[in-house]
Amino acid sequence: MLDFPQWRRIWLWGLTLVACLAAVPSFFALTGQDYPDPLKATYDQSVNLGLDLAGGSHILLEAERSQVAAQRLETMEESVTAEMRRADPRIRIGDVSRRDGRLSFMIENPVDVDRARDLIEPLTTGAGLTGQRDWTIRVVDGQRMILTPTEAGMDMAVNNAMETAVEVVRKRIDALGTREPTIIRQGDNRIVVQVPGLQDPGELKALLGQTASLEFKLVDVEASAADTQAGIARPGSQILPGAPGSDYEGATLAVRRLGGIKGDTLTDARQSFDPQTNEPVVNITFDSSGGQRFAKLTRENVNRPFAIILDDQVLSAPNINEPILGGTAQISGGFTVESANNLAISLRSGALPVDLAIVEERTVGPDLGQDSIESGILAMGIGSLLVILLMVVTYGRFGMYSTVALAINVVMILGIMAILNTTLTLPGIAGFVLTIGAAVDANVLINERIREERKRGRRVVAAVENGYKEASRAIYDANVTNFIAGVLLFLFGSGPVRGFAVVLVIGLFTSVFTAVVLTRMWVAMWLRKKRPSDLHI
Amino acid sequence: MKLLKLVPDDTNIKFLKYRIPFYVVSVLLIVASWALVATNGLNYGVDFAGGQEVRATFTESAEAPVAEVRETVGSLGYGSPVVQRFGEPNQVSIRVRLPDEVAEDKEAAQRIANEVVGSLESEFSDFRLDGNDNVSGKVSGEFFTQAQLALLVAMLAIALYIWIRFEWQFGVGALFALFHDVSLTLGMFAIFQMEFNLTTIAAILAIIGYSLNDTIVVYDRIRENLKKYRKMPIPELLDLSVNETLARTVMTSLTLLVALLPLLLFGPEALFGLTAAIFLGIFVGTYSSVYMAAPILIWLGVDSHSFVPEETELDRQEKAARHLG
Repeated sequence: MLDFPQWRRIWLWGLTLVACLAAVPSFFALTGQDYPDPLKATYDQSVNLGLDLAGGSHILLEAERSQVAAQRLETMEESVTAEMRRADPRIRIGDVSRRDGRLSFMIENPVDVDRARDLIEPLTTGAGLTGQRDWTIRVVDGQRMILTPTEAGMDMAVNNAMETAVEVVRKRIDALGTREPTIIRQGDNRIVVQVPGLQDPGELKALLGQTASLEFKLVDVEASAADTQAGIARPGSQILPGAPGSDYEGATLAVRRLGGIKGDTLTDARQSFDPQTNEPVVNITFDSSGGQRFAKLTRENVNRPFAIILDDQVLSAPNINEPILGGTAQISGGFTVESANNLAISLRSGALPVDLAIVEERTVGPDLGQDSIESGILAMGIGSLLVILLMVVTYGRFGMYSTVALAINVVMILGIMAILNTTLTLPGIAGFVLTIGAAVDANVLINERIREERKRGRRVVAAVENGYKEASRAIYDANVTNFIAGVLLFLFGSGPVRGFAVVLVIGLFTSVFTAVVLTRMWVAMWLRKKRPSDLHI
Repeated sequence: MKLLKLVPDDTNIKFLKYRIPFYVVSVLLIVASWALVATNGLNYGVDFAGGQEVRATFTESAEAPVAEVRETVGSLGYGSPVVQRFGEPNQVSIRVRLPDEVAEDKEAAQRIANEVVGSLESEFSDFRLDGNDNVSGKVSGEFFTQAQLALLVAMLAIALYIWIRFEWQFGVGALFALFHDVSLTLGMFAIFQMEFNLTTIAAILAIIGYSLNDTIVVYDRIRENLKKYRKMPIPELLDLSVNETLARTVMTSLTLLVALLPLLLFGPEALFGLTAAIFLGIFVGTYSSVYMAAPILIWLGVDSHSFVPEETELDRQEKAARHLG
């Protein structure tokens, strides 16, 4: 047990040195000092600071699966009606319903059923690995066709929507010019956004909360004012509320459900001012196909009003005085400069395929974080001093060994955290302090055992040897059980609490290494050199 | 230099003599803790209850206008907020629990937070937002389930491990000691109405970890002594084992306490709850290792036959090793 050949000593010292050196950049980062450039060139991996220490915002966004389902139904209805209208000869359908999450409609002439099926089948695609389609097509009573979305198809649609959403979120945050945002998909329908060093997350939240789905739909001029007010839509129409701040605020407007166009084919969107009223507006530029569709819509509906709709709220409903052929348009709707600017950013980065709700937000100002680091380091320093004092007063030379081991332990934890690129959080600091208190437990066990063995009359070397051997069992068992608790905390915990678990678990390994292995090497070297006949312990 | 000995040599305290009264009191405490949790309830923070917590500084004031803040936020109609000093005298934390009516609305927490901050900004010119936590009812519900699961799985996994390493009685004993620790910690949170949140779960798991350290050290010594003193009556053997490890138990608890004390006194305000819980938990955990984990072995029928099959083989190895050494 006390035999440490030279190669083993070199190996142990080398390991210690590497882990400690790895902590150097993190040390500079934590104390807020500049890391010298020559060192930066050789090694510059520092432990990440959690948002509770670095300051910043953590935002959890969630999409609703049911919304994706509703959108798919609507898109399918549009495609089916378009296909049937385009068929030659035209296939007449009626009694279209989207109830119970299914699209069902009557084919007026039963002989058309097979032809309709042939046209609709290409609208579905494969989903999943089993050769399933994303919709099933069923015909009942010889005339009614029912399209049902499959589970695999829904999964695929949600997945696609979330992938697009992550991209859109990334573009929007990049437009804010913040530094190093983290945007990660979580689970089926969530996105985690972490933006460090942000003082006011208001603008960020405004950007993320806006779906920015822009639509142009014709106003249903035949709808009666009373029905519109009561929220009753005529067949083929829908009632939409006015956007806050616009002329329609608090009012409603009836628009034609189909036949409009979507503003998702933009090449540019800029905040600007209306030359006449000096009101903040957003100027948009369509791409060529979008421009053509916009031109067609305006050409066919001159002198009729059309509604500009953002996220299902009416911004304005101007009259089409003449066809707009240039592929550009101006959107007004009671904007402030800031909201117009946000809308421009959102439109440029594309619409979110689904609404994202902020279901969790945690923001910490940068000052608060720095204060926490400082007071945490202070507490850690005082705590270490007290532990060192207690150990040295109780175990003399053996206590010294444990305190040196303790110091190395703390540095090693930081070093390994840097190497593994983990995150130090506020509870993580508590984890450090707890580790400082607990790491010496191994030494206490060993030293108490050596005392006992001496008391029983064993000779020095045998007492030390037995002390390490007999104590190891309990140390091993205790560390394994703590490891179980730490891992579970990591698995079930979230955010800052995970940081606590990381420090605890890494601390278990380094504690055993420093408190058991390193001290044993030092004790062995001392025994060999001095060959003491008695132990002062 | 004379070295410090916290526990004198040859200490022989009859810990187990009063095991029955101690057990009765402890079981009553466990029952009382759960009764308190049931009646008083736990003061759930936003992590578990949903809602929002704002931390703010009144930059121009020497002291935060706590009463006015309470009134301003209370007038919004989301119930009475919890306004507490947080750090400096001019810093506060303002907590508004998510009203039950909107627990299902996942954007409610965010909306209420905006309203609270907005009203404070317009009411107090020197209001500076330092940070806020908004948790929707859905997410807080998930946190709650996860936390319960983490505690349950941790306790079972640990008991299983000890069963494998020792005997089933030891596994049950350790599990009971952990149950005692968790119960009393919850009881403390219920009495003092300390905020119960995600970091509290971290604290409880840390307490479990360190209470277990103690239990394992005592159990390890019991195992050793069971092999060594075949004829010794069990209560006496347990007493001996606890006494032999007493110096270590006291020393380790002490180092933990002195390490944590500065964190409690000078550490970041946000860590106070976590540290306080662990600090108190160390007392509970140390007590339970001596008075809960050890005596229960008598009732579970541990005797000199425990570890026998394992022992003969170990014995042989040890003897062989001794001959060689």
